[in-house]
Order: sequence, then C-alpha cells, then structure tokens
Amino acid sequence: MLDYIDKIKEISKRLLKDCSVEMVIGFRRGTLPMMNEPCIARTPEDVDQFIWDSNCGINLANYLTNRKEKIGIVAKGCDTRNIVTHIVENKISREQLVVIGVPCKGMIDKYKINAMFTDEIQNVVETGEKVLVTASGKETSLNKSDVLQKNCAVCTHRNPVIHDELVAEKVEEQQGVDRYADVREVEAMDPQEKWDYFESLLSPCIRCYACRNACPLCYCPTCFVDEAKPQWVGKGQDPADVRTFHFLRAFHCGGRCTDCGACERACPVGINMRVFTKKLEKDCFEQFGWEAGMNLDERPPLDTYRPDDPNDFIK
Amino acid sequence: MNLMEHMGIESDRIHFSWISSAESTKFVKVVKEVTEKVKALGPQQHFKKTDAKVA
Repeated sequence: MLDYIDKIKEISKRLLKDCSVEMVIGFRRGTLPMMNEPCIARTPEDVDQFIWDSNCGINLANYLTNRKEKIGIVAKGCDTRNIVTHIVENKISREQLVVIGVPCKGMIDKYKINAMFTDEIQNVVETGEKVLVTASGKETSLNKSDVLQKNCAVCTHRNPVIHDELVAEKVEEQQGVDRYADVREVEAMDPQEKWDYFESLLSPCIRCYACRNACPLCYCPTCFVDEAKPQWVGKGQDPADVRTFHFLRAFHCGGRCTDCGACERACPVGINMRVFTKKLEKDCFEQFGWEAGMNLDERPPLDTYRPDDPNDFIK
Repeated sequence: MNLMEHMGIESDRIHFSWISSAESTKFVKVVKEVTEKVKALGPQQHFKKTDAKVA
C-alpha cells in the first residue's frame, strides 16, 4: 500500500496542472505518529506533502459537504461509499468530483498500538505487512494484521465503489469474515446486562463531539445536541444525556453508515461507539438487504416505501 | 425499536400498533395488553435523572 503514493501524487499533480480540479483532498503526515491529517492541495507544489500509509483512517468524504468547486479526492473503499451517500443525499454532485480510488488493505488501530506500550511512541514505520514501533528507544516489530482497526478487520468493501482514477490494481476482498460477531454478542445479553454494558462503554465520554465532527454523515447545520430552543438533550455529562446523544446520533446514521470507523478513530477516550451504528447497519442488511453507498441509483431504505417492507413490529 | 432493545430497554415497554378510528375494540385490547405488559415489568429505572450530575 506504501507504493501508492507516487501514483497519488502523479494523478493529483496532473489534475491540478490541467485545471480539471481546483483542489485535491489527501493526507499529509501529522505531528504525532499514527495521526495523519487531511491536506488540501491547491497547487501542484502542495501535492508534495501528500502521504499514504496505514494511518489514513480519517474519512475524507467529510470535507465534501456542500462544496461548490471541482474537487479531486483521494478515497479508500469506505470513503467512496460515503461519497456515494453524499451524492445520493445531494450534498455534492458527481460531476464536481474526480475520485482518486485507493484500493485499501486496512488501517492500523492507534489505540491498540498505544495500549501495547507504556512509554510514549516516538515513531511508527511500516514495511509492507510489518509495523515497526519505536518507543523508549527500542524498536518492536508487529504484524499489521494483528493491529488492524476493528472495522478494517471485518471490511468487505476495500476497493473503491466509484472512481475516475485508480492508483493500483484492485485488492482482493476479504471473504468469509463474520461482520457482526460483536453485535451478536450484545444481542445475546439480557436487557439489564445490555444496559450495563452500554453504561460502562459510555462512562468515559466527555461530550466533545469529535465522533460527530469526524463523521461524514453528520453534516446538519445545527446538530440536535447544539440546539438551544428547544433543547432536545442536556448538555452535561449526565449518563442519560450522554446515552441520548450517542443513541440519537447512531439513529441519524441508520441506513447511511458505512462502518468507516472515523467516529471511533476520532474519540479521544477510545469509546467504541460503532456498537450502536453497527447494530443499525446489521438491521438494514438483514431487513432491507441494504448496504449503504454501494451505488448511485438506489434510494436508501429509509426514504423509500416498498410493500414488502418488514413490519412485524406493528401489532 | 431494535436499537432501543439493543441498548437495554425491555422490548415489552415499546409497542407499535395500527388502529383505525373505527376499531374501538382493538384500541381497548391493545391498551389493555400494553398496560399489562408494562405493569409486569415495573417502573422504568433507566433514562431517569435523579440528581443532575455535575462535573
């Protein structure tokens, strides 16, 4: 995956030079290891900052909302699915975009790696299937497959769904992965256990809304949690308010979430809020046969009516 | 509704029904069923703020 960068740079420079786009959105190295940041290149020279490795987990579709100019965007499988969702929801038009598709082999989980070391991590270098971590002067080699982000480990859409350019041959999709093992684990609990599970899951939440801000689906001009008149939900850290926020945010993503993992990645306290969104994703898949962002022509299940929609819950 | 259940709200607390204005008997039946089920579960303890938590 590391060899993609030359091709990404070449394509980006070409697009900027012949003025077919006004900007290209990609990644550059962040100030800390494993924290690559989004980078907007407006001139071919800016493109030299671009980087591609396994720390590009941020979903760049987030930067397309309501843009009016022509944009080139570097996009992994999940990003392209969110771009499709954006197009379907009229947040940007297909004609405005040049999608530079990146077949993805998964991003690495910075929480997992941080948890393995007691000291601060000084440097992280990748070499193909290995990740070399330097902490307190010592270098440790890890298998990339052991430190993949949880959503990447069960990803079945690594290749871009739409693309105008492709930086490399498509990668093989993972077969036979059990996508919903974690959801089923929770489903098997009794109501009190479930309640307690989520209570402890959400207890560290500081209501910073990083998950919402990182999410490409959360583009409402005023989020329900910020609304003051009426105030839908309390602003403090009361467990009932924290839960309401996570619960409703997940619901707003129902049938739209692509499980890109941006929310979990952005969380400063490491909450896996994907257990909410993933349940909805599973329901959409089981009840409507729907996977979000797979093509431009189909309307999402929550905005269409079909006579055979499941309605067993209405007595 | 599935997510409510997933989160730990008992499924018997949530009911959906389609009742026409002409179906008074169905209305009575549904209300009876709902109250019975909810009474059996007892008072709802979740999503309640007893004392506001201050940081």
